[in-house]
Amino acid sequence: MSYLFTVSPDFTPVHLSGWYIFNTWLQRQSGSPIHLEMYNDFPTQRLAIHNDQVDLIFANPFDAAMLVREKGFLPLVKAAGVSDEAIIAVRADSAVEDVAHLSPGITVAVTEDPDVTMMGMIMLEAGDLNAGNVETTIFDTYVLVAKNLLNDSADVGIFLAEAYDDLSSIVKKQLKILVRSQISVIHHSLMVGPKLADRRDEIQALLLSMAEDDKGKDILKSLGFDNWVKVDDEDMEFMIDLMEALAT
Amino acid sequence: MIQDMKPEDIIGDYKETLLDLYGSICRVVLYTDIETPYPDGKLIVSTTDKNGIITHVNKSFVEMSGYTEAELINAPHSILRHPDMPPAAFKDLWDTVNRGEKWQGFVKNLRKDGGYYWVKATVIPNIRHGEVVSYTSVRRKPSRTKVDECIKLYPTLF
Ligand SMILES: Cc1cc2nc3c(=O)[nH]c(=O)nc-3n(C[C@H](O)[C@H](O)[C@H](O)COP(=O)(O)O)c2cc1C
Repeated sequence: MSYLFTVSPDFTPVHLSGWYIFNTWLQRQSGSPIHLEMYNDFPTQRLAIHNDQVDLIFANPFDAAMLVREKGFLPLVKAAGVSDEAIIAVRADSAVEDVAHLSPGITVAVTEDPDVTMMGMIMLEAGDLNAGNVETTIFDTYVLVAKNLLNDSADVGIFLAEAYDDLSSIVKKQLKILVRSQISVIHHSLMVGPKLADRRDEIQALLLSMAEDDKGKDILKSLGFDNWVKVDDEDMEFMIDLMEALAT
Repeated sequence: MIQDMKPEDIIGDYKETLLDLYGSICRVVLYTDIETPYPDGKLIVSTTDKNGIITHVNKSFVEMSGYTEAELINAPHSILRHPDMPPAAFKDLWDTVNRGEKWQGFVKNLRKDGGYYWVKATVIPNIRHGEVVSYTSVRRKPSRTKVDECIKLYPTLF
């Protein structure tokens, strides 16, 4: 029997090959067959989780509560120095300088990233905007969010900060950041499901020593960070509480 | 613990009043008309034990309150209590979280330097192994419209 590993569908495309290399490394190190399945979107991934098909996941913080409380997942690690942050941006030539200048009825361009959209909407709330009085349009990628701001079909974009920073400089020159979140405690986490629960400590130890050799270091680099950091049960519970506090 | 506010800590002209806190403590409170704007993009987070004694604060909390982390830890959360806040708001907060539910409201907080800042607060019970072990408050930037409504409403609640 092989285990199924999946990554939150919001991973940056440049890191796709990195996840496959990481999966191969993990199979060798753990001596267990692990199959990496990259789902195209959150609904498909959630259905697989619901059907108990997933054993290992690099999860979006938004799904953490469901994974831990309903599906018995346990946290292992998070990426060192990486947190999920959101950016609210408008066109550079817009007269708007603060979210307080935005009016109900505007069009907000987002992606399906559930935690980024949530953080973005919280920042818009300071301008009396909410899901009930704005028009939300969902795009597949942050590049499309940017394009739709530039061609005037959206007034405001909600970006994952990392994705915004990765936009080309030509695009960024035509955009203006209104707010960048500095939350720092909301992050993706690698977690194991019930079938791997008895191997949690072993897998966690493998991951935490991954940066000790050159091969491991290279793989981490291809994922976009330098090391893993332990996430214990209380760290995870605290993040779930924060997400719950922010959910409305 | 909680101490009287000291004139040497205060910035600007201040008024003085006495607040009954935490059932028994009587605190001399000095407060000014100086508002510190909520920092964009940040969350102000704190955790208390079941009695409302602060056990954890984040960096934004420390910066906005004007106290050091050491002054905040082990102090009752009413160290931030502003005289313009109606007691009914905090009664509602405690009644709600004691039922195991989430509370949301707009709060005017008092800084160590006598100034104030408005927040939109969400307080939730931290439940571990089926039991409430502590409470966490997460504050975000409030809209000006909501703050203006509270400025009109709160004086009517005393
Ligand atoms: C998690 C948590 C956070 C709180 N945050 C604040 C706060 O920011 N400002 C405040 O005045 N009271 C806050 N309170 C309420 C105080 O505990 C207290 O009830 C209030 O300041 C009124 O003081 P008193 O109950 O001593 O009369 C908080 C309570 C909890 C449980």
